[in-house]
Amino acid sequence: MAYFSQQLINAITLGAVYGLIAIGYTMVYGIIGMINFAHGEIFMIGAFISLIGFIICGLLGIGSAPVAILLVLLMAMAFTAVYGWAVERVAYRPLRGSFRLAPLISAIGMSISLQNYVQLTQGARPKPGGQIVSGGYNLFSADGFDVRVTWLQIIIVVVTVVLMAGFTWVISRTPLGRQQRACEQDMKMAALLGVNVDRTISLTFVMGATLAAVAGMLFLMYYGVIDFFIGFLAGIKAFTAAVLGGIGSLPGAMLGGLLIGLIEVFWAGYFSSEYKDVAVFGILVLVLIFRPTGLLGKPEIEKV
Amino acid sequence: MTPRLFSLLKDAALTAFVAAALGLFIVGFRTVDVGSTKGLAFDYELVDLAVAVVAIFVGRLGLSFASDGQRWPALVLGAVLGAVGAAPVRLPSTFLHWFVGLAGLLVIGRSLWPSAERAFGQARQSPQGRKLGVVGARWLAWVLLAAAVILPITPLADQKTMDLGVLILTYVMLGWGLNIVVGLAGLLDLGYVAFYAVGAYSYALLSTQWGLGFWAVLPLAGAFAATFGLVLGFPVLRLRGDYLAIVTLGFGEIIRLVLINWVDLTNGPAGIGGIPGPTLFGAVFAENAPPGQKTFAEMMGVPFDGTQRLIFLYYIILGLALITNLFALRLRRLPVGRAWEALREDEIACRALGINPTNTKLTAFAIGAMLAGFAGSFFAAKQRFVSPESFVFIESAIILAIVVLGGMGSQIGVVLAAVLLIGLPEWFRELGTYRMLAFGLAMVLIMIFRPRGLIAHRAPSLRLHEKPSGGGG
Repeated sequence: MAYFSQQLINAITLGAVYGLIAIGYTMVYGIIGMINFAHGEIFMIGAFISLIGFIICGLLGIGSAPVAILLVLLMAMAFTAVYGWAVERVAYRPLRGSFRLAPLISAIGMSISLQNYVQLTQGARPKPGGQIVSGGYNLFSADGFDVRVTWLQIIIVVVTVVLMAGFTWVISRTPLGRQQRACEQDMKMAALLGVNVDRTISLTFVMGATLAAVAGMLFLMYYGVIDFFIGFLAGIKAFTAAVLGGIGSLPGAMLGGLLIGLIEVFWAGYFSSEYKDVAVFGILVLVLIFRPTGLLGKPEIEKV
Repeated sequence: MTPRLFSLLKDAALTAFVAAALGLFIVGFRTVDVGSTKGLAFDYELVDLAVAVVAIFVGRLGLSFASDGQRWPALVLGAVLGAVGAAPVRLPSTFLHWFVGLAGLLVIGRSLWPSAERAFGQARQSPQGRKLGVVGARWLAWVLLAAAVILPITPLADQKTMDLGVLILTYVMLGWGLNIVVGLAGLLDLGYVAFYAVGAYSYALLSTQWGLGFWAVLPLAGAFAATFGLVLGFPVLRLRGDYLAIVTLGFGEIIRLVLINWVDLTNGPAGIGGIPGPTLFGAVFAENAPPGQKTFAEMMGVPFDGTQRLIFLYYIILGLALITNLFALRLRRLPVGRAWEALREDEIACRALGINPTNTKLTAFAIGAMLAGFAGSFFAAKQRFVSPESFVFIESAIILAIVVLGGMGSQIGVVLAAVLLIGLPEWFRELGTYRMLAFGLAMVLIMIFRPRGLIAHRAPSLRLHEKPSGGGG
């Protein structure tokens, strides 16, 4: 029981991170119907900017952890958002209206170049991030096993929930969200009605990148080590989460993230940690076979 | 200052500003290890960043002038950049010299492009140009083939060239195989390397465990890979294009993870070594034959030479690649090939016409997998060593890039693209990681400027009202 509870806590934390990345996939897919393959790389860049931000905070002598985290969070969000914007502007916008596979191939190219760009500028070795928040709280002990939730895990879940609530509000209540939903339904009609489609799509990428930056920072704080390659696996898993929840659906992405976190952690905890990624990919395949629209997705009607 | 110039300057300033924001942390602060315990410190590279940002400002301005049709200012700016890049002025790093210099070349190229394009277009429209185009299209493939066949007996055939030739031909074969899946059937397969791995491990295991020879295993490896293709393809081929891409990517990763973790069978990350090479009528290519066998040199009565083995491998892969090509060309003319192309263009219409999309896609997927299996078992025989390292996602991406760059569905395009993408980088090994950076950017740029690839033209596979030629066809 104690082991199970501990695994559950760990799984929820991991799921929150995946959920944040998955939102970026799901929003972009919802609005322009493409898989932003470079999104995992945006997450990786967010993690690197956070790492650099923490070191700068250290050099400036900002000792208080909450202040440092807040500063780095804002910094990473702002600067990663520029990457999200630039990637869309450079690699996807010229391809709107090109043939079906073109944006995806361009996205793969972008992903490869971003990875190598970071490898070139920051080096290939894994970067230790140090421990910013330590300590935790013992929930209960059973079978001689302490069930423990760390402050960091609490921070991760709280940040995720707050951001999720914020973004749901943006999408459902603000003019920007209304424009996004309009573009999602019918881009041409939205343009005719005066919605600036290019700007809306850009902002979608910016929002996705912002959340990926947060995920990157949380990942850095949770695992303590990052390298230029983390975006690949995290990206695929987050995409799996988005598909699992129903691509295009915001709550679906969060739910999918949680489920992927659960599957991964419990598989590693009870079966074998070598095959946890295989389990995640297996789930992706199973979902696509039996419920291609995901858990919360709407069925897609193919138009001629 | 005219308003036009002002808006160009503003645009360039904005671009430079975005570039600065992008590079500020990732480029400007380089994290370096200091000792093992004390975490990280910075190498400040802000000067480099500033130089790069200025170059981007000037370059963007030049590009805007060029696209405005103001050739002279663009040429001057390009020349300035090129001169700074080439000059021995001390920029902080060699990379910056390249960066600035290439930016200059880009601007110059962009400003001369319209006239070059016009001249080229005129040349192509002229009678001689047209004739040349027709002759070129007909003979280019044969000339390349002849060159490929006689290459090993020319004096060029040293160790390095032959190695490169074998490598390029391997990718040509993989490209042709993937071309059936992506180019003809329109299925984006991002896990193609998985079938390559199946072929390679089939040969590695069957030869080292059971002592089977290359020629016996070759068809088996193809069959195994095709079976894998069927098993994997059956559930996923109902999916739409981009879902299919991700699922195949996932499968590619699963195969690699299994290869790493199933240590009893595959020896895990350490890989399998000591794989025998292919034999020619029982003769091995080595200095000393194992007991009971003859070396090629003994059989032919010629002195032993290290390149004999390479030349032999070269002809094997050339033969395999040509078989692949012939196979693909013939398939295109069969009903199933036409069904693939029809399916690529419009799935709903195909369904209405009674084509079973799943089965049709499955044949393409399995045939593509089989060809990758052949190539894989050749790879194992050539390297004499396989490990999961060789079958990472980037390999799939490279093969896909070859197909896409060549112009999906074009056979000769794949050859040109393989020479460009594999041959050139091999010659420029020193570029190291810049190679992959350029590779990724090239993929993006090709999609933007030539989304249909180098050879955009495809011969129609079927013509209405074709004049009767013998027994039809």
